[in-house]
Amino acid sequence: MSTAARRALTGRLLLPLASVLLGLAAGAVAVVLAGANPIDAYSALFQGAFTTRNAFTETLLATIPYVFLGLSVAIGFRAGLFNIGGQGQLLLGGIFAAFIGYRVTGLPAIVHTPLALLAGMLGGFLWGAIPGILKARLGAHEVITTIMLNYVAAGLLDFLVNRGPMADPHRAIPQTPAMLPSAALPIIVPGSRLHFGLFLALLAVPVVWFLVERTTIGFRIRAVGLNWTAARASGISVAWTMVTVMGISGALAGLAGAVEVLGVSGVLTPSLASGLAFDAIAVALLAGSNPFAILPSALLFGALKSGASFMQLQTQVSTDLISVVQAAVIVFVAAPLLVRWIFRLRAAPAAPVSITEGGLGQTPPREGVA
Amino acid sequence: MPGFVLWLQNVDLVSLASATLVAATPLVLAALGGVMSERSGVVNIALEGIMLTSAFAGFAIAFVAHNLALGMLAAIVSGMLIAALHAVLSIEFLVDQIVSGMVINILAVGVTGVFYRTLLQQGVRGPGTLPIWRVPVLSSIPVIGPIVFQNALVTYSMLVLVVIVHLVLFNTVWGLRTRACGEHPLAAETAGVNVKLVRYVNVIASGALGGLGGAYFSIQQIGQFLPNMTGGRGFIALAAMIFGKWTPLGAFGASLLFAGADALGARLQYLGVRVPIQFLGMLPYVLTIVVVAGAMGRAIAPAAVGRPYRKS
Amino acid sequence: MDLTVRWGEVHALLGENGAGKTTLMNVVYGLTRPDQGEMGFDGRPVQVSGPIDAIRLGIGMVHQHFMLIPPLTVAENVVLGHETAQHGVMDVPQARRDVAELARRHGLEVDAGARVADLSVGIQQRVEILKALYRGARLLVLDEPTAVLTPPEAERLFEVVHQLTDAGCAVIFITHKLAEVMAVADRITVMRRGRVVATTSPAESSPPELARLMVGRPVLLRVEKGAAHPGDPVLRMDGLTVEDDRHHVAVDGVSLEVRSGEIVGVAGVEGNGQDQLIEAILGLRHARGGRILLGSRDITRDTTRRVLMEGVGHIPADRHSMGVIADLDVADNLILSDYDRPPFARGILRQLAAVLEHGKRVIQAFDIRAESPEQPLGSLSGGNQQKVVVARELDSDPKVLVASQPTRGVDVGSIEFIHRQLVRRRDEGMAVLLVSSELDEILSLSDRVAVMYRGRLVAVLEGDQIESERIGLLMAGAA
Repeated sequence: MSTAARRALTGRLLLPLASVLLGLAAGAVAVVLAGANPIDAYSALFQGAFTTRNAFTETLLATIPYVFLGLSVAIGFRAGLFNIGGQGQLLLGGIFAAFIGYRVTGLPAIVHTPLALLAGMLGGFLWGAIPGILKARLGAHEVITTIMLNYVAAGLLDFLVNRGPMADPHRAIPQTPAMLPSAALPIIVPGSRLHFGLFLALLAVPVVWFLVERTTIGFRIRAVGLNWTAARASGISVAWTMVTVMGISGALAGLAGAVEVLGVSGVLTPSLASGLAFDAIAVALLAGSNPFAILPSALLFGALKSGASFMQLQTQVSTDLISVVQAAVIVFVAAPLLVRWIFRLRAAPAAPVSITEGGLGQTPPREGVA
Repeated sequence: MPGFVLWLQNVDLVSLASATLVAATPLVLAALGGVMSERSGVVNIALEGIMLTSAFAGFAIAFVAHNLALGMLAAIVSGMLIAALHAVLSIEFLVDQIVSGMVINILAVGVTGVFYRTLLQQGVRGPGTLPIWRVPVLSSIPVIGPIVFQNALVTYSMLVLVVIVHLVLFNTVWGLRTRACGEHPLAAETAGVNVKLVRYVNVIASGALGGLGGAYFSIQQIGQFLPNMTGGRGFIALAAMIFGKWTPLGAFGASLLFAGADALGARLQYLGVRVPIQFLGMLPYVLTIVVVAGAMGRAIAPAAVGRPYRKS
Repeated sequence: MDLTVRWGEVHALLGENGAGKTTLMNVVYGLTRPDQGEMGFDGRPVQVSGPIDAIRLGIGMVHQHFMLIPPLTVAENVVLGHETAQHGVMDVPQARRDVAELARRHGLEVDAGARVADLSVGIQQRVEILKALYRGARLLVLDEPTAVLTPPEAERLFEVVHQLTDAGCAVIFITHKLAEVMAVADRITVMRRGRVVATTSPAESSPPELARLMVGRPVLLRVEKGAAHPGDPVLRMDGLTVEDDRHHVAVDGVSLEVRSGEIVGVAGVEGNGQDQLIEAILGLRHARGGRILLGSRDITRDTTRRVLMEGVGHIPADRHSMGVIADLDVADNLILSDYDRPPFARGILRQLAAVLEHGKRVIQAFDIRAESPEQPLGSLSGGNQQKVVVARELDSDPKVLVASQPTRGVDVGSIEFIHRQLVRRRDEGMAVLLVSSELDEILSLSDRVAVMYRGRLVAVLEGDQIESERIGLLMAGAA
């Protein structure tokens, strides 16, 4: 590798690394303010995430949805769209997947499971395409529409499983009937909860990379994200691209929901994968625009999540500490100037994420675009 | 059909209007904050997080000091501090304004959660809620009296602030400069306006307004802090701001509309209308989407909002 | 870098795009910090660290791109930053009166209560000047002021300038237009590549001499061009009517045809509907009425993609926003409209090797100064970026090329190249619709000249009818 390339690579690694360190430091401050010892807290966190076989599989388990959700947010960013609707899209994915998973009988596993997963992707796709269409056709800002749809999805889920049409009549707690064994994702490490979804997650990364970098669809996505005016002047349909990206993004989130239902819980409840989608924003920002970087980023957050409960048990520090660390990491990743200032780094910062254009008002609907 | 007529006869319109005005309080305050911030050119979606942390801070101080007024003050100050963070990140360090706002929202959930569990036991009761004050004479006016002049302090402040923000924005030097910075910061700069300063002050002011909105939840309404008690109102307030075309009076009207939908939904539940409660609960959120999608008119934001201003 | 300006004189600062004129004036006004050197005002050394300082000294600047705030009124714009107020509360009627009085005193007619967004460009410029005068400016810097004015409006401006200098003010006039300099300046300073190369006056110099000083070598002011041999009409517009973003009529019943083998130039000050006309042709804007025909095909309702595929090339006026995607590499930019067709893609799979090959070939053929097709387009110079746009459009061999401001912001060498390319293609049968606000460019390249004023085509001239004074009057709506 030439020195210029090496310097560029270290430059690109340095910033996320520094951001993580600073994020952990910020978390340490929060721990101290809450009256506990940060060293104890962090070592308990590490222990809980990695040291035993069980801990490690739990960490990998927690990583799986972060990969899908991280890819979902990241692909949106490439097109210049901020998809905060991952939670809602995930729930719709869970709903569709659960429906196929417990309602459809008589199918062999080799058909049932993929069908349920595809249903999950469809659910997420639709929930993502809606704000995509609203943005493309009417200029409605996706930050507000996706957040609102999150609440709508939560309401919908509650309606369905809380003494609703999808509720299990034999149970008092709100949940669907159990997924049929033919739909479940098989466990890949006996004795643990780690399921086949891990392979799907590992597969998703190169697929998304290929889609974005090597296909015409990906070209459109990148062109629109970098300069939609020029893209439009070259004949690219910006509206179509936005809907497609939001749909794909939603489908990835829906897949996350489907995988959680079919692989982890085996039933659909109102608290499905709660809070994961917001965490995933941090995963995506930390990874920058490289799908492969999603893997280590998701692993980091997966480790934080799985180690946190052990930490809470050992040191009484609330699991909410994770949110503090996450938020701090995002701040530093999104503010390269801040990190440079703190560390007196001379490396050229990665281009800061820039999505805000024209605030929350409407961008005028594109005229004459199909 | 007959059910609806029966319902109309049963519903107490005055009580509905009163509930609407009260429920609109946090929306209006946050929307006013949004107006001030965006008019100067800075997108502030952190209002949700600001309201949540301020609700917590206000309650915590009110509990510790046994004083509701101090709690209100603490809420306002906490709102200003958090808004200052947003301002520093987006104005000084050029962080994308929406990312910065979302960060604060995530941070708010986390920090309030951490401190809530670690410092306060669950279910502890604070020093009650703000009392309802009747304005002498005026509260006896039929219909209007009970709705407007029989409220708690935060709601009264809200009504006054709508007028104040309007006057400031359109009749003062500060308002003119603010609007200039939001439309064309370079032009304002060349005219001798300190754009950075104007933006900082306006964002911090929006934090104060949002903070007061947070006080509504824990100090006026419920009397204690519950995790995530703001329930997305900060975002709905932004929709109200957009629907109100970035004017204080417009934001006030739009907030009333959203709050009205919410209050109506609650009453429909009571009267046994056969729609599942979850769908009724969705009403404000769906309405927000409809509004933002421009079903009710095109919304053009201040021209330079969202773009960081870099001096060469 | 030395420059001296005297009270009561009109001093022209002449130079090409990028010569450093605006930067120098930005230093004077405090928008940029100098790395070295000092500034003296009225005999005393001064430090200007921001517009506030400059204004206090009595320096006012009217920028090329107006620093006006469209939704605010004239009075609000003028008093911004120096408002008259009681405890922060503004007295709006008083402000309006003050501004009206000031305008009257200097002979600048303007309605103080009007919204700036509703005013014509010429009037907006007056508001800008008023702004400076309101703050007590005695040294006025005008940056390319006539770029947006019709010739009669420019004449009016010169009158105002002389009024000001007669009253003792000094005016610095930044421009790259030789004719203006000869007409209005008392003294001239020529800049090239960031340096002062000469200080002279109209009496002591001449346009060819000034051009030579600006560029550093003898400049061909006109491109070599043979007669045109036009064939059949390729592009035809019939009663085309198009609205702008605010639903005002921007193009009003325009009928024009462009034949193969000819260059039709559309002259006119920017903002008279040219942008909307081009957007309608390209399918980027909806046409409210009329038809656009490409050969025998009606393309009025076609999508942009369709129009490009049918053989229309487009060089947009603003390459930064519409022409190129700076963060993509040169090779990708060269196939921006063909990225999903063979040989550059098979189905949804991109064929990157073919894209690269194509890039290498085109870079060579068009002499684009780039190290490799894989470098980001943004790393190229402005002139080379424009060459990429031109190369892309010409390489696809369009039937008709719609070129808008094709040499804006481009160095002289690239300008010559692009002009030669256009003429060569014309000779090979391509039809060219050239839209430019640079009258020289129109006169130099066009076989026929159409003039646009307020959305209407007020004349189509050929042969002897094409001469600058007549066109200038038509551009202003006169004659």
